[in-house]
Amino acid sequence: MENAAASKSQKVNMIQALNMALHEAMEKDKNVIVFGEDVADPEEGGIVGVTKGLSTKYGELRVRSTPISEQAIVGAAIGAGIVGMRPVAEIMLMNFTTVAMDMIVNHAAKLRFMSGGQTHVPITIRTATGSGLGVGGQHADYYEAWFAHVPGLKVVMPSSPAEAYGLLLSCIEDDDPCIFVENTLLYFAPGTPPVPGTRIPLGKANVIREGNDVTLICYGPHVAPSLAVADALSQENISVEVIDLRTIAPWDKATVLASVAKTRRAVITHEAVKPFGVGAEISSVIHEELFSQLKAPVQRVGAPYSPVPYSKPLETAFMPGIETIKAAVLKTINR
Amino acid sequence: MGLAHTPDRATLLDIYRKMTLIKQNDEKSRAIILSGKIPMVYYSPRGQEVIPSAISVNLKATDNICTIYRGTHDMLAKGVPLKDLWAELAGKSTGTCKGKGGPMHITHPASGVLVTTGIVGSSLPIANGVALASQIRGDGGVAVAYFGDGASNIGAFHEALNMAAVWKLPVIFVCQNNLYGEHTKYEKTTAAKRVADRADSYQIPGVRVDGNDPLAMYDAAKTAIDRARAGDGPTLIEAMTFRFYGHVFGDADRYMDDGEKKAAMANDPVPRFRQWLIDNGHSSDADLSAMETAVGKEIDEAIEAAIAAPFPDVAELRKDVFAEEIPA
Repeated sequence: MENAAASKSQKVNMIQALNMALHEAMEKDKNVIVFGEDVADPEEGGIVGVTKGLSTKYGELRVRSTPISEQAIVGAAIGAGIVGMRPVAEIMLMNFTTVAMDMIVNHAAKLRFMSGGQTHVPITIRTATGSGLGVGGQHADYYEAWFAHVPGLKVVMPSSPAEAYGLLLSCIEDDDPCIFVENTLLYFAPGTPPVPGTRIPLGKANVIREGNDVTLICYGPHVAPSLAVADALSQENISVEVIDLRTIAPWDKATVLASVAKTRRAVITHEAVKPFGVGAEISSVIHEELFSQLKAPVQRVGAPYSPVPYSKPLETAFMPGIETIKAAVLKTINR
Repeated sequence: MGLAHTPDRATLLDIYRKMTLIKQNDEKSRAIILSGKIPMVYYSPRGQEVIPSAISVNLKATDNICTIYRGTHDMLAKGVPLKDLWAELAGKSTGTCKGKGGPMHITHPASGVLVTTGIVGSSLPIANGVALASQIRGDGGVAVAYFGDGASNIGAFHEALNMAAVWKLPVIFVCQNNLYGEHTKYEKTTAAKRVADRADSYQIPGVRVDGNDPLAMYDAAKTAIDRARAGDGPTLIEAMTFRFYGHVFGDADRYMDDGEKKAAMANDPVPRFRQWLIDNGHSSDADLSAMETAVGKEIDEAIEAAIAAPFPDVAELRKDVFAEEIPA
């Protein structure tokens, strides 16, 4: 637990926080195993070092670098999970989950149901994505809505190092398959260190900032810009309540609806493309449940309907940021 | 014949008992579908009885298999109780999976049937994971992945063989080559003359065996299972066989060569082995008939119980999606 020894005042980034969580999970439960491309120490403990030190400390039986075979990686996690292990499988980037979709969608998600509860798949699939690093169309997509649409999968997205630590441990200890989505830009952003041993429950949203005029629902990389928008609008006497969803599926309807019942306005923002995104589902439920109480139609923010582009100006235009979120909030109050 | 391992008398009779169970279960399945009493999608394993029967006698109760939609023979050979199986086929709450899985997803961990998949090729990567757990725990367990010849052309097959070879996993890959992938003949879809040859690419043993010959099948299975248990890694077995009733029950199987089918049926492995047991003094016609009658009765009872059993409550839709029940 070398990272846990860091003093409280010392900031850590998400890579370090995730590393702490994995060390803690492996230390605590010998059924926790970790595998994925390049995750062992001879291969540098992952492409950004999230799994650093694990193979050295816990051995090559429990921590393995794999072939570049995503179906085999997820399949191995499923099989080991069914017989009682708690595998943490890394699919390096979210786009690469597409070649393991059969394993994730047809098997991990459904085996508990199809077996009538005789088997279950307590696996965590860690994966990373996000635009802003100039990697173009196949290394930066957000597919959380795809996974959220499959009954049986939990989809989790952390917004800070401490959130990443507490949510990852909850995923590993959860008895259902979890897709844990890390953001490539947030990896390097420093934050308050996690308190060792803490867990953040799955399926519970976090009201980060209370407000009365508009509810701003966000997750992952959109939490920081949402807070910035709330700060900016407070200068204009607009009080924004910010909710970090934390878990996309199953999402915390109760917290979101209670908030919107209070503010009577809502905006949902995410980096994934807007059409058919998570925002569409949440907006629909808000309308279904609270239509007569709303002061304005719910607004959605998401990337435009385009593959992630390469050229910097295009990429910048593609990524919804503070200005887009702010405009959507203002639209709900007719400004 | 130069076989390294020969089953003793009790094992021979055990193999035959499994074979007659599979054969009779298939006959009764087709009859019950036609009667309209239990409508179900059904992929007949008739003609492939020997393979899982000769393999399962080499497995422990704690060893696990991952099989596929054409898998009733694999399940019965591994010991899934008939009553639980039939109730599941009928979609009843007393089924293995509470009626939530059905014919293509029979699961019964108590007898080592961990996964039945409806997706071609998907039994292999999951069996690897089961074997991986045994390797890490050092519990001596082995896993068997069953699949058809068609599966050897899907990516998962190659990914799984490579990973199993690199990690020396205690897994046995059993390709039941019945010469057709769905409606299309093997030669038309598969570049390798023999599926077994594909093992060469992964530097693991690849064995082609007559999957309708119980002695040859037993020998190949025992060699592969012993090897896996000893920690020497995976084996690919290509068991040659033939399915008598097409891809899915009810298809017209016009894509199959009539002469080929007739020849296979004339060479039916079940009566052939029965006669061999008698000719070689392992049993008598009377004793085998008594065994067959008892097995048939057991199946009839299971079918009757399945028909009488209740359907699941619709509240089951909210259960087993996650560990926690979905709120109504």
